[in-house]
Formats: sequence, structure tokens, C-alpha cells
Amino acid sequence: MKDVYIREKFGTYIIYVLLCNSKYFYKMKSDLNSIEDIKAIRKIMEESSRFLSLSGLSGIFAGVTAIAGALFAYFFILDNGSVHYDEYFKSLSEKEAFSLRWQLISVAALVLVLSILFSFYFSIKKARRERKNFWTPVSRRLLINFLIPLAAGGVFVIALLIRNQVGLIVPCFLIFYGMALVSAGKFTFGEVFYLGILEIITGLVSAFVPGWGLIFWIFGFGVLHIVYGLAMYRKYEA
Amino acid sequence: MKDLISKINKVFESRVRLGIMSVLMVNETYDFNSLKETLDVTDGNLASHLKALEEKRMIKVNKQFIGRKPNTSYSATETGIAEFRHHLKALENLIRGE
Repeated sequence: MKDVYIREKFGTYIIYVLLCNSKYFYKMKSDLNSIEDIKAIRKIMEESSRFLSLSGLSGIFAGVTAIAGALFAYFFILDNGSVHYDEYFKSLSEKEAFSLRWQLISVAALVLVLSILFSFYFSIKKARRERKNFWTPVSRRLLINFLIPLAAGGVFVIALLIRNQVGLIVPCFLIFYGMALVSAGKFTFGEVFYLGILEIITGLVSAFVPGWGLIFWIFGFGVLHIVYGLAMYRKYEA
Repeated sequence: MKDLISKINKVFESRVRLGIMSVLMVNETYDFNSLKETLDVTDGNLASHLKALEEKRMIKVNKQFIGRKPNTSYSATETGIAEFRHHLKALENLIRGE
């Protein structure tokens, strides 16, 4: 009986159902549009304020380079000498110590330059793969915020070298590099900020433990970078 | 329902304008070319939407020269930020159906 009533009132059953559905879909469509809008807004906000083309591979590469540099320094420059290179330095003449110091610094600088060049290379590759731009206002801001603490650290390390405070060079590298990461972290993945904190802690600890510079260097620049790079690669790229 | 829709600001009713405001909410300033690349739109399209937002005083324009090249950058005004926050809230409420 009821069926007949509906048919009289609203036409056939199918049309009745269709009417209900279309009204439902209409509401759903406008909801979907708003959801899409909000998704787009979030994505644009994130992409325009954070540089997301930083690749985990650059972390791995930087870590490997740092360890290679440290091993090279240990076996070739320090002549398999003790890790406690502070004492080793004291046994050398002024001239020998001077040349040794500059060799060590050159290795460190080479490691830094290679790491930065390769992080550029991997980032450009990643940006290209994702069809994004590499040189944006955010990547510029990231670079400036990274380079200011790093440059300050570099100059400070030179001052330490000239004033014969060799034992504090590795802690300084680690602390200033950590601060560079902390300040750059606002413009890229949040994990970079925490990597920076870990580098600062490593640097501060190493400042209290004289003679273990090479070990702290390997841990701070090698192990931490590799662990970070692997984690980032697996999380965002693999 | 009527009340809800009236809160949605007509000025922002376009994907490009939503995009422009989103960028300017999280960046103090942004230049024309970078906006164009971020939003993936044409010059003319972007310019007309920027003009509309500027007329409603949602954004301000800063023109300067870098060397000899003119460089136009944009930033959101206080009204713009407040209005856009309102608009977002309204969108969210619409989804939740409140």
C-alpha cells in the first residue's frame, strides 16, 4: 500500500531514489570542494615555507666523507699516531706542528666543501624528480640561516688555530655546525633541528673531554649524519 | 546554513587567491615570479588575482629595484590575515557541518 502511495506522490521508485541521492551528492560535492581547498591551502603553506627537497642521501654522504676524512687524518697525517693528538703536538717542533695543523684543517675543509656540494647535488636531483623548483625564497632563507652560524664558527676556528687552542677546534666545529642546523631547521624538515641539538650536545661533551677529538668528530659528523640520512631516506624517499 | 555561507568571504573564492593568501600567511614577503612558480599559474592570471586582492586591501605591494631589474613583492596586510583566518574557520565549519 505504501509503495503505491509513494509512486503516486513521487513518480516511480527509481526517480524517488535518484532525487534523494542527487541531493545528498550535491551536499557532498560542496563538502569535498572545501576539503580539497583546505588540503591545497595546507600543501601550499608547507611547500612555500619549508624546503622539502633536502635529500637523506646528502646526510649519508656527509657522514661517510667525514669518517673517511678522519681516518685519512689518523693514518696519513698523524702517522698512525695516538688519538690524543694534543700530546703528539707538544712533542713536535714549531714548524712541524704548524704544517701538521694546516694539513688537518685542509682535510676538515675538504670534507665540509664536499659535503655541501653533494647535498646541493642530491637536493637538485630530488627537486627535479619531484618537478619542484630548487632555487626558491625558502631555499635562499634556508641557506642564509645555515651559513651565518657556520661562517662565524669558521672564523672562530681560525682564531683558535692562530692562538694555539687546538684541543677546542673539534668541539667548536660541532657546536657551531649544530647551531647552523638548528637555525636552518625552521626552513626544512623538523628533523634537521633535532640533528642540530644532538651535534651541539656532542660538541659540548667533547669540550670537556680533551684528547678525544677524532672520536667525537667521527661520532658527530660521521655516525649522526649517517643515522639521520638513513632515517630520512627511509621515511620520505624510499 | 545561510549564516554559514555568508561567512565565506567572496574575495577568496578562487583557487589562485586561496593560494596567494596561503603563501603570504606563512611568508613575510614573496615575489611575483616565485608566487607564479609555487602556484603554477600564468602571468596574467596571477596579476589579475593579485590586483583584486590588493584592491580589497588584503595584500600590499612593494616595488623595488634589484640592480636595474624591477622586483615586485607582496605581503599580507593585517586585515588580510584576519579575514583569511576567518575564511579558513568558515571552511572548516562547513566541512564539519556545524
